[in-house]
Amino acid sequence: MSIITGYRRPFPGTQPDYLFPPYASTVKRAPTKPLVRLPHTQTELTGPVFGYGEVKRGDHDLTNQHAGDPIGERIIVSGRVLDENGRPVPHTLVEIWQANSAGRYPHRVDQHDAPTDPNFTGCGRTLTDKQGRYRFVTIKPGEYPWRNHYNAWRPAHIHFSVFGPAFATRLVTQMYFPGDPLLPFDPMFNCVPDERARNRLISALDWETTVPETALGYRFDVILRGPDETPMEKKS
Amino acid sequence: MSLQASTSQTVGPYLHIGLTWLIIENLAAARIPGERVTIEGRVVDGDGKPVNDAAVEIWQADSRGRYGSKSFRGFGRSATNEKGMYRFQTIKPGRVPGPGGKLQAPHIAVNIFMRGQLKQLVTRIYFPGDLANGADPVLRLVPAERRGTLIANKKGKPGALEWNVFLQGRNETVFFDC
Ligand SMILES: [Fe+3]
Repeated sequence: MSIITGYRRPFPGTQPDYLFPPYASTVKRAPTKPLVRLPHTQTELTGPVFGYGEVKRGDHDLTNQHAGDPIGERIIVSGRVLDENGRPVPHTLVEIWQANSAGRYPHRVDQHDAPTDPNFTGCGRTLTDKQGRYRFVTIKPGEYPWRNHYNAWRPAHIHFSVFGPAFATRLVTQMYFPGDPLLPFDPMFNCVPDERARNRLISALDWETTVPETALGYRFDVILRGPDETPMEKKS
Repeated sequence: MSLQASTSQTVGPYLHIGLTWLIIENLAAARIPGERVTIEGRVVDGDGKPVNDAAVEIWQADSRGRYGSKSFRGFGRSATNEKGMYRFQTIKPGRVPGPGGKLQAPHIAVNIFMRGQLKQLVTRIYFPGDLANGADPVLRLVPAERRGTLIANKKGKPGALEWNVFLQGRNETVFFDC
């Protein structure tokens, strides 16, 4: 038996700062005063639990939410949610959202002149299983322009939101696709100096989950902060 | 085996597509014991403009200071509107242990997500006039002149509280390195 005393602080260079001027929106939104280092108390060591009362069994399939089939290349996105010790994070909520195959979100602020798809909303969710595994069926998202700088285009990506066991493990990230030529130019992808950390945001083509004649598989593991543990003394 | 946590990325401007299926602004059904409170406020950027594209998530204990009890999950999620306003109806949490087992003052943990934040902002809401605030081990880590940004204000009706989030400026809210 052991008790969790806190979650590990990030390895230097692997998490972004709030202020990152190449991503222009950070300038008026990043804190300017020093952050206060928060000790991990019971508040930070606990977190909400979700269940199949709110997540429906079919919510992992983004191609099956409307009357017809969405346009685009069907893909399977799967992987595991693990902690930094390599332990699976079971029964945790994973939420995703993404553009359609033309690079368009059905959202009031998306003015990109590309078609919306009446058969694709682009949101899904699931709970990881006992081994921390998750699986989504979706459409490969398109790249899209944004107004951050001249001729700015986002590489194709899927937004991921993961809870994990505690308030302190909450993580929102993005999954990218291997070989995307836009990655070197994307301020978001390049927000951290550690090259290996960046490359871990790129999924891998995965033959194991590829369904013949149906859909290519992409594998993407999400790593949450690891717990620091103290062994509990046995009472004799 | 030792891995490294995945790099955080922004929710971007289209967060509503993925997150608003689960809006929980009313955390406590009528049968849940505790002192009823409504907490609302604005999220404001460095130009004084309302942030109309933020998601505010809260995490709190029940009125007896227990996290994740069967009848009261203690999780809320609100999305700000065009005026930058979020809103929760909940109960005042009980006291929970802090560092060294010393009790903390009643508080609510907050994660805020928005375009322009490459990782979530972490902060806390404390309750006005609570006698435990003065000795709270986390509030005491905050420079005295900034503590007020973490304490909600009473507003009119009993139980009505206002707590605003200033991302920058003279009254910049205290954010934590969690
Ligand atoms: Fe996006």
